[in-house]
Amino acid sequence: MSTPLKFYQVGSFAVGNRLIDEADLSVQSSTSRSNSLTSGHRACQGCGEALGARYAIDAAMAATDGKLVAVNATGCLEVFSTPYPETSWRLPWIHSLFGNASAVATGVAAALKAQGKSDIRVVAQGGDGGTVDIGFGPLSGMFERNDDVLYICYDNEAYMNTGVQRSGATPPGARTNTSHAVGEHPGASFTQGKNLPLIAMAHGIPYVATATVADLHDLEAKVKKAMGMRGARYLHILVPCPLGWGSRSEETIKLARLATESGLFPVFEAEYGEITETKKIRRRVRVEEYLKPQKRFAHLFGANGHSEMLSAIQAIADKNVAKFNLWDSEEADTNHG
Amino acid sequence: MLRQIEGSRAVAETVAACRPAVVCAYPISPQTHIVEALDEIVRLGELGTCQFVNVESEFSAMSVAIGASATGARVYTATASQGLLFMVEPLYNASGLGLPIVMTVANRAIGAPINIWNDHSDSMSQRDSGWIQLYAQDNQTASDLHILAFRIAEEVSLPVMVCMDGFVLTHAVERIDLPEQSEVDQFLPPYTPRQLLDPSDPMSIGAMVGPEAFTEVRYLGHAKQVQALELIPDLAEDFVKLFGRRAGGEHDLDGLVTSYQVDDAEIILVALGSVIGTIKDVVDEMRELGTKVGVLGITSFRPFPLDSVRTSVMHAKKVIVVERAFAPGIGGIVSSNVRTALRDTSIKISTAVAGLGGRPVTIKSIRGVVVQAIDDTLPELTFVDLDVELINRELERNRQQRRSGPMAENLLRDVGSR
Amino acid sequence: MFQVRIHGRGGQGVVTAAELLSVAAFQDELFAQAFPSFGSERTGAPVVAFCRISKLQIRSREPVMEPDALIIQDSTLLQSVDVFAGAAPDAFILINSTKSFNELGLEEFFENRQSERSLIVPASEIALRHVGRPLPNAALLGAFAAITELVTLDSVLNAIEERFPAKIAEANADAAREAHEFVLAGRKVAEHASTN
Repeated sequence: MSTPLKFYQVGSFAVGNRLIDEADLSVQSSTSRSNSLTSGHRACQGCGEALGARYAIDAAMAATDGKLVAVNATGCLEVFSTPYPETSWRLPWIHSLFGNASAVATGVAAALKAQGKSDIRVVAQGGDGGTVDIGFGPLSGMFERNDDVLYICYDNEAYMNTGVQRSGATPPGARTNTSHAVGEHPGASFTQGKNLPLIAMAHGIPYVATATVADLHDLEAKVKKAMGMRGARYLHILVPCPLGWGSRSEETIKLARLATESGLFPVFEAEYGEITETKKIRRRVRVEEYLKPQKRFAHLFGANGHSEMLSAIQAIADKNVAKFNLWDSEEADTNHG
Repeated sequence: MLRQIEGSRAVAETVAACRPAVVCAYPISPQTHIVEALDEIVRLGELGTCQFVNVESEFSAMSVAIGASATGARVYTATASQGLLFMVEPLYNASGLGLPIVMTVANRAIGAPINIWNDHSDSMSQRDSGWIQLYAQDNQTASDLHILAFRIAEEVSLPVMVCMDGFVLTHAVERIDLPEQSEVDQFLPPYTPRQLLDPSDPMSIGAMVGPEAFTEVRYLGHAKQVQALELIPDLAEDFVKLFGRRAGGEHDLDGLVTSYQVDDAEIILVALGSVIGTIKDVVDEMRELGTKVGVLGITSFRPFPLDSVRTSVMHAKKVIVVERAFAPGIGGIVSSNVRTALRDTSIKISTAVAGLGGRPVTIKSIRGVVVQAIDDTLPELTFVDLDVELINRELERNRQQRRSGPMAENLLRDVGSR
Repeated sequence: MFQVRIHGRGGQGVVTAAELLSVAAFQDELFAQAFPSFGSERTGAPVVAFCRISKLQIRSREPVMEPDALIIQDSTLLQSVDVFAGAAPDAFILINSTKSFNELGLEEFFENRQSERSLIVPASEIALRHVGRPLPNAALLGAFAAITELVTLDSVLNAIEERFPAKIAEANADAAREAHEFVLAGRKVAEHASTN
């Protein structure tokens, strides 16, 4: 190839993998991928977490030659993947409690080390609730000890498994069943939020990254990179939830992409507390384009809509763009077709 | 080998001899000396590749233990009081999953009010957690029971907690015969797990179980405890053959109970932990004066040795259960289990709650309780050495004013102003 | 069974004293049990530790209520704590001080007691000279061995050696020896006086 190809997965304009070098093919496109989360699980149609987990764990299995143990927090992923008496997992997998996935993973890693089997690697995974709220303490402990675990947070921005209640990761203005869209200040409050990737960076751990299910190659590359390192690593993946977000099940990937393109979900990598790579926004959109397809933000729109909230959310996006330097207008791609 | 050594240190060295692969602990008085000693032992390379993990809370301590145990490692941790409570969620998780974790509980009272001294309220609060619970009567027993604990745990696939009185035992320096490594190795073969997180044979552990099978899982947990009731005496015999002494300690009968001057006793005291030793001195004293009194010590509280207790005590006229914890709103905890053992007998059973929050249980107090029993003036439920005047003052204060103030502080002020 | 109660203040090595005594007894092939009473452990706060010594296994764990021997490491406690509570009339009493019984206000108390069982030892002063710090516990144990003859000086010295790093052990051992000598010398004087 004389011209380096850029990979766009934009709406229906996907560039076929068949045109590129085999070495650059995604793990998902390989027939020998481990399919660690196999079919038959009970996830909702369009579930971003099921997609993210399959992408991430398959990539981790490929990177470790199948020598991987997974520890799962209580939550949607755990529930839909192991409906009694079945399991969708094709790797060794343990579920203990809601808040202790990181600590259990620490224990698994310690045992493997004691047994001289450090070639077997450990992944812990949980939702935003289990990571940002109830699992926060043990996670911080794991970071501080630099335990050899990759922790993956699948962030759908609320406690979905229990019926959509707000978590520390719920974005301002979002409707949930404990932040109803009623009263003077509908939806989740406009507080400073809890940025786990930045908190992870503040712990100075070897590797922190954010990703979404909209960019498969990016996500797989980050998992591969993480598995090539030792010590505490953290990956935060945005996974839209059609049920909780009130979005169409076929728009999951599109919404994930819009989240990054609006600036509301910065995509970056960091090592030892310093940002090393940022994914620039190619086609910048106003937050409206991202929020409108989600019923959890419906109260912002329409005749009686809270347009001031909309402006406030736009301000958050603008702040992110500036802070993370997400938008380089010169390099911006105006051709998308 | 005979050593004059602190109880905590003895436990640490014995646990080390059991060759744990992972030790994970969070410090809390009065367990600190145990984990400190283990950190030192690990760092000096005396435990090979054993990993000592300094966790950031007890919740994590038990969680790390779960992960390590499920990965095939022999695991140890220790805690007390508030720490035990903070790990209750993973505590039940460990027993529910059938992981053979061994943990020392350095018995300490539970707050509020905060109290660092010895009683049994912590381990008693977890008597239904599915963990096997063993109580040590002295430091020799405390040390030896840990060896037994690992063996039992790994045979029945249930976690075991070894309870030793905080400060009273943990911080007491006494003569202990520490086991030789070769002896421990013979008694305790390497851990072979029943379930394992293993990439070469992947499985899922920790699935949700619905109404279709939950009862059966729970029943099996109970069945395993009942199995332990038979196993413990067998293992106790193996222990004697190898170590030349009984794991349950002085006057141990079957690894489940200890029995001193019980055979012809008319009055039998039942107790757990270090207070048994003090009671033995009272028994000797009163026997000299002609009273037929004896003491039955309970080593295995869970599973509760209904048969051993019944057989040992059936001939007595009166039983006094000395408890270092109680159930507010009803009374004795151990005594209700003893009552079950003695059902359909006409034995008079009394509960004497003593030593709460570290109040010393003295020879004088125990003697007083026995004398009351002889005179038939012992109530069904007594709080030994209760300061009635202090109580009445607080009750009066409550009657006088609504804003009577925090109770504990009021009592302390009254005590201080005496 | 012989029961010892040691009074002092936090930071003076009261708990260590009890422990060392138990180790010395162990070396003399006796059973011994040492434990502190567990109050708030702050430097300067009153601390009590116990040691039971016996030829037979020791089973009771109650605090020592009727001491056969009392070691008072800090004489300022005499004003604030009832250090003599429960002491038998023939109990051994060792007080760390440079004052006399009269100066300590204890003349009456010791009137009816056997004089050869009550002794004031300038242990802090002895310790200061050998160890460089007024930590009286080792010296008092040397004196204890002399006055009670319950444990040998050798065992006390062995216990000290086992417990402390070399240099400190040596210094403490010297303090113990001197205090031991002090007691024996005092005895000789008393004997001499009584035979004259």
